[in-house]
Amino acid sequence: MIELINVSKRFGDTEVLQGITARVERGEIFAVIGPSGAGKSTLLRLINLLDSPDGGEIQINGIDIHKKKDQHLRIRRMMGMVFQKPAAFNSTVYENIAVGLRFRGVDEEVIREKVRDVLDMVGLSGYEERRARTLSGGEMQRVALARVMVIEPEILLMDEPTANLDPVSVEKIEELVLRINRDLGTTIVISTHDMYQGQRLAHRIGVLMDGVFAQVGTPREIFTVPASREVARFVGIENIIDGVVVAGGNGRSAVDVGGTLIQVVSPFARGEDVCLCIRSEDLQIAPVDGRVSASDGNSFPGTVMSITPRGPFSRVTVDCGFALSSILSWKVVDGLDIREGSRVIVSFAPEAVHVVRATRG
Amino acid sequence: MYEIIEGFLEAIRLIVMLDPDVMAISARSIIISFTATIFATLIAVPLGAAINLGTFPGKKSLINLIQTLYALPTVIVGLLIFLLLSRAGPFGFLRLLFTPTAMIIAQTVLILPIMTGLTISALSGVDPVIKDTLRSLGATRLQFLVNVMKEARFAILATVAVGFGRAISEVGAAILVGGNIMASSFRSSTRVLTTAISLETSMGNIPKSIALGIILLVIALGVNLVITTIQHR
Repeated sequence: MIELINVSKRFGDTEVLQGITARVERGEIFAVIGPSGAGKSTLLRLINLLDSPDGGEIQINGIDIHKKKDQHLRIRRMMGMVFQKPAAFNSTVYENIAVGLRFRGVDEEVIREKVRDVLDMVGLSGYEERRARTLSGGEMQRVALARVMVIEPEILLMDEPTANLDPVSVEKIEELVLRINRDLGTTIVISTHDMYQGQRLAHRIGVLMDGVFAQVGTPREIFTVPASREVARFVGIENIIDGVVVAGGNGRSAVDVGGTLIQVVSPFARGEDVCLCIRSEDLQIAPVDGRVSASDGNSFPGTVMSITPRGPFSRVTVDCGFALSSILSWKVVDGLDIREGSRVIVSFAPEAVHVVRATRG
Repeated sequence: MYEIIEGFLEAIRLIVMLDPDVMAISARSIIISFTATIFATLIAVPLGAAINLGTFPGKKSLINLIQTLYALPTVIVGLLIFLLLSRAGPFGFLRLLFTPTAMIIAQTVLILPIMTGLTISALSGVDPVIKDTLRSLGATRLQFLVNVMKEARFAILATVAVGFGRAISEVGAAILVGGNIMASSFRSSTRVLTTAISLETSMGNIPKSIALGIILLVIALGVNLVITTIQHR
């Protein structure tokens, strides 16, 4: 449906997008995730024809949308966009939502009916005569969504629609996104810096970093087999360790990390520089005198460097020659009776280690 | 001191008794300046919109120039229009000098820069997200323009009020191209509040000056009240 082919865009000296290539299928929710300033908004604006790319092309249904100047209006009217900052026209909720239909010359009778339906959908029935500017941020964003959905777009673009909202409003918007996609089959491209939102909503995710898609894949792929160290870090993998493959074979490798050998499952050959990504929940921490069941696994003695609270959990960092962090519940920390300086053993299975090629430079 | 108090009381009497001379001058002032404001609005708002929404080389310099012209001295405008309309001037054949029409022209020219400039500010004050939203919703160029103006409507109304306020309170151009004439007919007279105050004061007719001054002040304050009310919307 939407095809991005080597799209680039620069503002002055900064190259915001440096060759974006991806395909968004009809009826899917595609999340563009990435840190702030990665170019997510720019990409969505390019799709919505609010800006023009400096290179590459964006095709919708096979048409290079930026080339056909005479069709801009028609193409734009296939799409709707919700912006990050909730913004309402200085009029009533009804007038706000009616704007797009007015542009299309729809009869007032029909407008009234459609506005009522769409308000019902976003859960703001009876808000017609309210001044839109007096609404809360969350309500205003739902009005913005209604304003777009009332024109029944084939493609819905959402630029960090929940970035400025409270958690309850975020939940409502997310619910609507899923419902719109499920009930109406609308193709949705949503940008977010919240990787978990991407995971909750998207069929596929594109991780936008430094102006390119570092990885495009299902949420499961992105979270379990990140393509690079940067993606791993962004999706919240706590432990990323540099090493060199020293022995390989049968899919098993030993990786040398500063003199310590770690057993991993990887296809990389001897001598390659790699990064080991280990999710903190895959690490076990046991007292030194405890029994460790790691016949073929990795077990390393170490000293607890820090225990920092994190919501209902604690993040325990252990120095084993290299730092390893694990997330444990308070109860478990108490049960282990550990504090800074305690000696412990950290263990994990070779299968728990995701190995990516180290990026040079 | 006594003279001033007496003048003030006499002025109140003139206003309360609806002195025909004072009323005629006030009405003429309002009509002339209001007409000039309408013409200036018809020119300045579309012009400001075109400048604000258009992209062309020298846009910034043009806006700077317009802002500099806010400070255009009224006598300079008066002199310019005088030269254009005088017998020897290029438009002398129209025989407009010393008519209310000449004053309307002068006041229109006088307030054009400030009204154009304020229109530009009003439109650029519209949230860029609002503009993006309009384009994104599939507005044609005209629909876009109309809706951006709608968003800026209060600021544009304030602009109109500012223009009227400047027009009715200026004296330099009015006296140069109007001539402060008190003719037998209302329509051919060119005496307005400001020029009348200046004349009556120089003739020592203080009560009348004060009466006219109070009226002018009330109009100016009224205009300001309108502006602040609008800006608080």
